[in-house]
Amino acid sequence: MGRKITIEPVTRVEGHGKVTIHLDDRGKVTQSRFHIVEFRGFERFVQGRPYWEAPVLVQRLCGICPVSHHLAAAKAMDVIVGAGPEGLTPTAEKMRRLMHYGQMLQSHALHFFHLVSPDLLFGMDADPAIRNIIGVVLKHRDLAVQGVMLRKFGQEIILATAGKKIHGTGAVPGGVNKNLTIEERDSFLKGPAPLNADTMIEWAQGALDLFKAFHKDHKDLVDGFAPFPSNHLSLVRKDGALDFYHGVLRAVDSEGRKVLDDVDYQDYLKYIGEEVRSWSYMKFPYLRSLGKADGWYRVGPLARLNTCDFIPSPRAQKEFEIFKAYTDGKPNNMTLHAHWARLIELLHAAEVIRDLLNDKDLQGEKLVRRGKRRPEGVGLIEAPRGTLFHHYRVDDNDQIAMANLIVSTTNNNEPMNRAVNWVAMNMISEKPEITEGMLNRVEVAIRAYDPCLSCATHAIGKMPLVVEIYDYRENLVDRKCK
Amino acid sequence: MQINRILVYGIGNPGRCDDGLGPKLVSLVEAEGIENVDSDFNYQLNIEDALTCSHYDAVVFVDASETAAPPFEFKELEPAREIAFTTHEMPPASVLALTGELYARRPRAWLLAVRGYEWDIGEGLSPQAEINLSAALAFLADWVGQSKGRTL
Repeated sequence: MGRKITIEPVTRVEGHGKVTIHLDDRGKVTQSRFHIVEFRGFERFVQGRPYWEAPVLVQRLCGICPVSHHLAAAKAMDVIVGAGPEGLTPTAEKMRRLMHYGQMLQSHALHFFHLVSPDLLFGMDADPAIRNIIGVVLKHRDLAVQGVMLRKFGQEIILATAGKKIHGTGAVPGGVNKNLTIEERDSFLKGPAPLNADTMIEWAQGALDLFKAFHKDHKDLVDGFAPFPSNHLSLVRKDGALDFYHGVLRAVDSEGRKVLDDVDYQDYLKYIGEEVRSWSYMKFPYLRSLGKADGWYRVGPLARLNTCDFIPSPRAQKEFEIFKAYTDGKPNNMTLHAHWARLIELLHAAEVIRDLLNDKDLQGEKLVRRGKRRPEGVGLIEAPRGTLFHHYRVDDNDQIAMANLIVSTTNNNEPMNRAVNWVAMNMISEKPEITEGMLNRVEVAIRAYDPCLSCATHAIGKMPLVVEIYDYRENLVDRKCK
Repeated sequence: MQINRILVYGIGNPGRCDDGLGPKLVSLVEAEGIENVDSDFNYQLNIEDALTCSHYDAVVFVDASETAAPPFEFKELEPAREIAFTTHEMPPASVLALTGELYARRPRAWLLAVRGYEWDIGEGLSPQAEINLSAALAFLADWVGQSKGRTL
């Protein structure tokens, strides 16, 4: 009897994701798919609104990384007001960088301590009652405290730069609306331990060391879980450095050959296509030069460390060299190595925050620059989960006439499907019983990409996890609730 | 425990219609300026909120609900160590458990679950949610007035 397994929604990611795994009458996987049940409406939301509202409005789309949407929209509006993408004042550019790297710090910290460390510390088959952040607190209290305080520090940086805890207003078309006061700066640099930049660097290093120690003891698991070759895409600085805030587009293939290099992202439509498939609301982006079948790519921490040439901060660069040496300088295509890459980025973010805080430009008074008004602009940023595209056209009445967003999770659509399929084929296919540990491995594969699916509708009662098994006639034969 | 410091914490996304009930109610509480009552709101709770909660004697989480009996439900929360559905957010009971384990503080906590109906992308509450919001606000103001300074 053929069966279909449905996981809906996936836990530890947002919104309405669903995994379906189809089995034939011998329990062999015939198809797996990672669906997005509800995803449309972003672009419609901002159409008709004045362009200057966009950086604030778009934050309402997502409760996970609102700063990314805020800054990507602001960068697009910089172009529209004739200031961008590289014409901001030093104060404006560095304030935005501080905001963004603060977000990276808190987002990467949350992902590791809250979502990943339970799997590492307790194992993928551990009782879910233990395999969570509370379990981490009970057994590794210091680690949990560090996770909370890294999050807190990043959130405080965002508050100081964006002006508000949510729906920040710090970035405006052509610049920012505030600088960083001496008092704010000193609180981050010299604040009472542990909430200061130097402590954050040490804790980020500690988290990275924890992962490396785990990797050393579990190489087969970490290296052998869902590896597959892919292209990789990200922004890099003009000189090839890792840069989360601004740069040019670069893509490499699984062997490290450059597919795109030094591409101005205002022209992204020439290089990036979006395929629609009937079974998913989420599009499948691809590199046009390689075509739909071969042009799909990864974005995010793993992709960023595969595309960049170096990391411009000393401790993260040292770790980057170890990371690169592990694959002899070739791109790293191992799914769980995304956690390794993410923690190197965590360390880099902490270092950059400290360096920015010591930069006197943050106290500058020139906040906004404007030039010749343009009808169209594209803003790109490396969000925690990967490259985020915002593209707008504005009419003569200053109203947004067209918006196109490609969010990081959309860019990772095909890789997430491939990772789920790897688990289905290697962990579930032809097994007599579907266990919680097997289903957790599906989630482990997806969690490596840290996806943000439906952006923050969370009301009580909307987040059950249901596993349903159907026979080939779509009759329900088993149902599990987590 | 004597209740001297109360936190009213709204949860939700105002860009998702009735999902914004929590933040909206908090904005109304702030406008009232109730003594010894602090307020906060965010899209969702997360691990750092354990630290925030540790500073209070009582916390009222205000959230939209798809299933509560209208106009709202009000119930006391107990810390819950088991996290059945872990996402980027944390449920209030898990935040309370973290507060206890990390900071050795156990504030009394309640959930004010206000019934909502519309969850699409968009601004503003549905008409019925507005009615429920008014009822919830009146209840909360009365509850805070009765609770402050008392031993609960």
